[in-house]
This record gives sequence, structure tokens and C-alpha cells, in this order.
Amino acid sequence: MKILVAVKRVIDYNVQVRVKEDGTGVVTDNVKMSSNPPDDNAIEEAVKIKEAGKATEIIAITVGEEKSQETVRKALAVGADRGILIKTEGIVEPLAVAKALQKIVEKEKPDLVFMGKQAIDDDCNQTGQMLSALLNWPQATFASKIEIKDKTLEVTREVDEGLETIEVNLPAIVTCDLRLNEPRYASLPNIMKAKKKSLEILTATDLGVDTTPRVQQIKVEEPPKRKAGIKVASVAELVNKLRNEAKVI
Amino acid sequence: MSVLLIAEHNNKEVRPFTLNAITAASQMDADVHVLLIGNNCGDVAKSLSEIPAVKKVLHAEAAYYENYLAENFAPLVVKVSEKYSHIVSSANTFGKNLMPRIAAHLDISQVSDITKVISSDTFLRPIYAGNVFATVKSTDAKKCITIRPTSFELCETSGGSAPIEKIEAAEEFTLSKFIKREGVKSDRPELGTARVVVSGGRGMQNGENFKLLTDIADKLNAAIGASRAAVDAGYISNEHQVGQTGKVVVPDLYIAVGISGAIQHLAGMKESKIIVAINKDGEAPIFSVADYGLEADLFEALPQFLEELNKLNSIQK
Repeated sequence: MKILVAVKRVIDYNVQVRVKEDGTGVVTDNVKMSSNPPDDNAIEEAVKIKEAGKATEIIAITVGEEKSQETVRKALAVGADRGILIKTEGIVEPLAVAKALQKIVEKEKPDLVFMGKQAIDDDCNQTGQMLSALLNWPQATFASKIEIKDKTLEVTREVDEGLETIEVNLPAIVTCDLRLNEPRYASLPNIMKAKKKSLEILTATDLGVDTTPRVQQIKVEEPPKRKAGIKVASVAELVNKLRNEAKVI
Repeated sequence: MSVLLIAEHNNKEVRPFTLNAITAASQMDADVHVLLIGNNCGDVAKSLSEIPAVKKVLHAEAAYYENYLAENFAPLVVKVSEKYSHIVSSANTFGKNLMPRIAAHLDISQVSDITKVISSDTFLRPIYAGNVFATVKSTDAKKCITIRPTSFELCETSGGSAPIEKIEAAEEFTLSKFIKREGVKSDRPELGTARVVVSGGRGMQNGENFKLLTDIADKLNAAIGASRAAVDAGYISNEHQVGQTGKVVVPDLYIAVGISGAIQHLAGMKESKIIVAINKDGEAPIFSVADYGLEADLFEALPQFLEELNKLNSIQK
């Protein structure tokens, strides 16, 4: 079995994101970048499947600027066998990412495609579902547990009502929730080894995918600041305020 | 043109977020049609037809629509979508799972999780877990939109009499199969929709101490939340996590206990209407977003809080 794992380079989740003064975007210069957290779960799951002897190859792929190679290298360091970067400039919307991934899926013919359920930068939560639509494959989104059967996959999904279990035929797309597993850290020797693994670089144009945005970002701004609150001196005062001033209890 | 709203339901009742989504849809265009896809869901069709903002109900039935698999729903929505300018659903796990599949079939770049309709093609949406707001304009002729339910009021549910039109089901997608659904075993409201949330952080010190919070939550009919620190420390399970990598909540009242207020936690709760912080560290960042801050040892404050609540002769729930 061959597994393709899509990853994305995003601003690190611990960074306080700031808006550029002209409102055209967020500040990314000299800001710490990392792999998208649920994408780490996607890689981890693929590596676990391979370690269990159920997969033969893991390909890590990303769509993004030149520097996104770092994110692919990180995936290689935790166990992916080879990498692909599809180089693009500027904002690439999920639909375009899905189209680029579709081209690679058609070429590589993986049995499974994993990715995080959502990127923590644009918060779209679309790419996996879109890719499965384009391929007309089953989709198992927000996965918190995966069990590989013979030619199917049993997936437990995190839904609002609780947990849902579905069975999907392979090939299939799985988008991963943070609860799926505990991503490992790359060891230093493995980071060194990852530098020698193959990383193929293509462009969206090579694949014939138009990445022109269809949704214009008119402006970005910081959310309105909350007005400063007050400190109360006692629990009794707090309860009194909640009841008579805020009227919420 | 008209708006096509995809109803979320359990074949017996309309799920509440559909009512928020109808409000959002009617701000895009007054001609809102609801698409109901299900199995033996005639009662749902009837209740949808009674919503004044709904001008027509399209109703499709099939046994394989029972469990709302996106793979089965999407082709039908695509078939129906031709006459519509907007396709809308709520941005909860139902709509998040379904809408991108529809959008890709239609070659539309979806706009996710909007919090405001600025015009029929321009919307406000939070990015970076709500740390940034983006105003975006869709240039696709047809739009696929999911709406953040907590940002729109519930619509009126009675007084309307929209016609119900039966439509044919689309073909079944046989490569995916529903097995089972297990509800969260809890008498409490869902974290995502609760009116009151009581959350604990690392300051709770251990899992047993969360009892102090659940006693208060029982009193207020509140959901239990937690910071990532508390989840990582194993005090409470992951589904309670509020924050950038957990759930985003917008309750009327959010009570943060022993939570310092890391960026990723604030991102998940700072849109709450009223925020209370109880923390012994007066410098904790949580106080910068709290309407009412109490600098106190939580192990003294929480029992007193429960006692004060017990003194009240009635509590708003």
C-alpha cells in the first residue's frame, strides 16, 4: 500500500499573528513557521501504518512557496520516504491545491491520501473533501481512529454529536483530527538522513493547474478589542455582577 | 437568483444550526429555498415549511440518505444547484464535511465559516482562529458558503407556509458506508452551543478537582471546557478543549478557572459575550479579556461560588 500525505507550512501555532499596517495580509517576515499541527497527525498515522507492515511507501507532498520544502523535510525526518513540492506563489486556495494534488494522485496512484482536517492559517477546512470530490473517492473527514481492513478502512470521525464510524473502500481520502495520535519528534540522526531523501520539485504550471485566486481578499484587520473589564473583590460581588449587571445567570 | 440552504436534521427534527444558517442565507437573498435530504423525514419538511424566511422546501428521500454521508448528498445538491446563486450550510461538522465536496464538483472556490454577510458576494470571516478578520469577495458566479452558526441569530420557526416540492433522489454512492454513531454520554449541553461554559486550566492541578467545576456547571446548565494545558496534562479528555486547535465557543457566559490565557486558548473563547476569569496570578493574560476578574485561589473561590449560586432562588438557564 502506498500512502500520500499532504502537509502545509503555516505560521507556528504559538505565534501571536499580527496584521500588516496596510491591511493586505498578516506579517510573515521573521515569524516562526511550522508544519500545520493536524498534518503532523497525518504523517504520524502514515508512519505507524508503515511500521505495522501495512504500507510500503509514504510520499509527503506540499503545495506552496520554495520554503515549504522545510515542511516536507520534516515529514521525511519522521518517516516519509520521499517528498514532492509543488511550487506556487502567493495565496493558493484549497480548490487549486486539491486540483494540484489530484494530478499527483493520478500519477502516483496511492491507496490512501492523508492530510490534516484544517490548516490553522486560513481555517478553510476544504482541501481533503475537495480532492475526494475531484477523484470521486470516499472521504473520511475529522478522523480520530483508523483501522485498516482488507480493502476497506474503518474510520471513527469526530462530529458534533459525538463519534461516528464509517467504512470506506480504498482508495480513499482521510482528513485527520488532533486526537488521532501523538505525533513523534524527529531525532537528529533522522533529520540528517532526511536531507538525503528525494524531494521532487514541480510547479503548478507544470501540472496545468491554474492557481489564480477566485476569492479576493479585500482587507484583513484585527478583531475589535474587548473593552477592559473590572476586577471584583469577592465571589459575592462577582455573582451579584453576573446576575444584576451582566444578567447572564 | 435564490439561495439554496442545505438543512441539517436527524430525520425527526431540524438541528438548531440550520435556523442560524437560514438567517444568514436570507441576508444574501430574500428568496431562500431549503433542500431537505433524508429518510422518512416528512415531519422535518413540515417544520421547515413553517419557517417564515423559507420560500420553498425541496424534499428528497432515500434509504441511503438516512445518515447524511457527504458522498450521497453532494451529487443531489449539485443537480439541484443550477437555478441558485448561493449554496449555504452551517460551518459545523455537517457543513464542513459536505460543502467542499459540492464546491469542488461545481468548480467553485468555497468561502468557509463566515461571521457576517456584507453584500451578496462579500463576507467577513475569521482566519488564524479568530485572531484576524478577513473581508473577502467571491468572484465565482455561484457561491458556496458555510456560516458560523453562533454569529447569526436563530430564525423565526412558525407562521410560514412554504410549499413542499418532492424531488427525485440522486444515485447512491456505494463506496462509503455508515456504521454507527455514538453520542457523547453527557446530560450537559454541547460545548459548541452551550449558553454557559465553565472551563478549567492547569491551575486545577488534577482531574479530580474538575469536580469543583462540574458542580458549578450543573447549577448553571453549562458545558465543561478546558485549556490545552489541562488536556495535555491528562486532567480531562480532548473533546473539552477550547482554543485554536480545539473548539471555538461563543457562549453568553464563559468562566475561565485556573487558566492563564495563552494565545491559543484566547482564540477559542474571546468572542464570548461575558468572560469571567478566576486566577490567583493577577498578571495572567486571561484578565486582559475578562469582563469580571477575580484574583483568588480557585480552591477557595469555587466552593464559595457554588454557595452563592445556591443562595439564588432562580438561575437563568
